[in-house]
Amino acid sequence: MLRIENLTKRYATGDLALEDVSLSVPSGQVMGLIGPSGAGKSTLIRCVNRLVEPSAGRVMLGDTDVVAADRAGLSRVRRRMGMIFQEYALVDRLTVMENVLSGRLGYVGFWRSFFRRFPQADIDRAFAVLDRVGLMDHVDKRADALSGGQRQRVGIARALVQEPELLLVDEPTASLDPKTSRQIMRLIVEVCAERGLAAIVNIHDVALAQQFVQRIVGLRKGQIVFDGPPDALSADVLTEIYGAEDWSATIRKVDEEEEAVAA
Amino acid sequence: MPVITSGATKIWRRRTTKAEWARSGAWFAAVLVFVFTWQAMTQDTIWSFVWDAPTQAADIGGRMLPPKWSYIHELWRPLWDTLNMATLGTAMAIVLALPLAFLAARNTTPSVAFVRPLALLVIVASRSVNAIIWALLLVTLVGPGVFAGLLAIGLRSIGFLGKLIYEAIEEISDEPIEAIRATGASRMQVLVWGVWPQITPAFAGVSVFRWDINIREATVLGLVGAGGIGMNLESSMSTLAWNQVTLILLVILGTVVVSEYVSARVRQAVS
Repeated sequence: MLRIENLTKRYATGDLALEDVSLSVPSGQVMGLIGPSGAGKSTLIRCVNRLVEPSAGRVMLGDTDVVAADRAGLSRVRRRMGMIFQEYALVDRLTVMENVLSGRLGYVGFWRSFFRRFPQADIDRAFAVLDRVGLMDHVDKRADALSGGQRQRVGIARALVQEPELLLVDEPTASLDPKTSRQIMRLIVEVCAERGLAAIVNIHDVALAQQFVQRIVGLRKGQIVFDGPPDALSADVLTEIYGAEDWSATIRKVDEEEEAVAA
Repeated sequence: MPVITSGATKIWRRRTTKAEWARSGAWFAAVLVFVFTWQAMTQDTIWSFVWDAPTQAADIGGRMLPPKWSYIHELWRPLWDTLNMATLGTAMAIVLALPLAFLAARNTTPSVAFVRPLALLVIVASRSVNAIIWALLLVTLVGPGVFAGLLAIGLRSIGFLGKLIYEAIEEISDEPIEAIRATGASRMQVLVWGVWPQITPAFAGVSVFRWDINIREATVLGLVGAGGIGMNLESSMSTLAWNQVTLILLVILGTVVVSEYVSARVRQAVS
C-alpha cells in the first residue's frame, strides 16, 4: 500500500531529520510510530504527503510516486491520504460541516467551493462520516464551540470524507485527557478496520500505542531502530529508542503476560 | 555579569558600575539636547503675541458664539459629499488593498524575492503620503471637487489597509493551513478556506476603523479644494464668519461621534 524507500530529509538549517528510512505499510495495518521528541516522527509523516519536501528517497502510494508528482498530480494523490493533527487543525470560524466538507476540496472546482455549492454526493458523505464519529447534533456549530474530543472527531471526519486509502495521524491524543485519548484511538483503529485503511500514527504514549496498534516502529535520530509487534517492546528496546530509564512501569503489562506464560 | 565575587559572598547588582556610568551619561546628554532644542525653538517666538493669546481667544470666542444655526441648510449637501467621499474612498481602498495584502504577506505571496518587495513598496508609498498631499496633487490633476477627495482618501488608505491586513495574514495559525493543503486543495482554495476565515475579524475591524479615520480626514480635504464640508470651513474662515465656523465644527464633531460609535459596534460584532 504505502512504500517508503530510502527517505532522507535534511532541513535548510542543516539538521538531518530523517536518514535513509525505508518502510512499508500494507492496507488495513495500523502502525504506531514512537520515538523521542525531535526523532523525526512528524517529519516522516509530513514527507509522505509532502507538506515537507523530502531531500531524497521515494514514497509510493500504490503505484503512484508521490515525490515525483507535479502540482496537479500531488493534489490528486493527497486526496488519497487523510491527515489528523495533534491540535486538530480545524478552521475555528467555520462550522463543523464546513470543516468536514473541506476534506472534499481536492475533488471540487474553485468556484463551487467558493460558493459552498458541493455536489449532493459529497454532502451525503459528510453526513455519513459525521454520523460515524457521533457528531450529528453539532453539524451547524462553529468549530471553536466544541470540546477537545469533539474537535478531534471533526478532524477524523474531515480525513475520512476524503475516502482515503491511508491515514497520517500526528499525535492524535497529545492534547486530550486519558479517557478521551482512548476513545479517540479506538475510533481511529475501528474506522481503519471498517474501511481497510493503512495508518501511520505518531504517538508519545507507549502504553496507549501498545494497547491499540498492530505494529510499532521506533525512530531515533531519524533512523528506524525497532520494527515489530507491540508485545516485543522490552525495556531494552525502549532504552534503545529513548535512552536509559526505568521502564518497568511502562511495559508492566507485557512483563506480567510473560510471567504468566512462564508460570 | 553583575555578579561580583568578593571572597565567599556573591554580590548581585542590577547593572555593572560601567553600565551605571553609561546610563547616567546618556541621561545627561538627553537633558542637554532638550535644553538646546528648546532654545532653538523659542528664539524666533514673539513673546508679546503669546502673552496676548488669552485676550485673542476670548475675542474670537465671543464672535464664534452663538452659532449661526440657520447656516445648517447650506451644510447638508457638503456633509453628504463628505460621507460619500470617505465611504467610496474606503471601498475603493479595500478592493485594491486585499489582493495587495495577500501578495505582501510572507506566507501567501507567490514570490518572496520579487513580488513581496514590490507589494511592500506600493504599501509604503501609499502610506508615506498624507491624504492632504494626495488631495493637493489630485486637485491639480482631476480638478477640484469630490472626485479628487475620493481618490485622495482611497490612495492613502490602500497602504494603511494593506499593511494591517498583511500583518494579520502573517499572524494566522499554520496548522489549519497544513490541514487544508493536505486534503489536496489548490492554492486559491487554501486562501479561501484556510486563510480568509482566520483574518475576517481583523479585516472587518481594520476596514471599519479606516472608514472612521477617513470621515475625519474627509472633513478637512475641502481646505485644499477637494470637496466636502471642509470647503465651507475654508470659505467661512476666510470671510471671518466665525459663527458659521462654530456650527461647522459642531457638525463635524457630531459626525465623528456617530462614525466612532458605528466603528466600535462593528468591531465588537465581528470576533
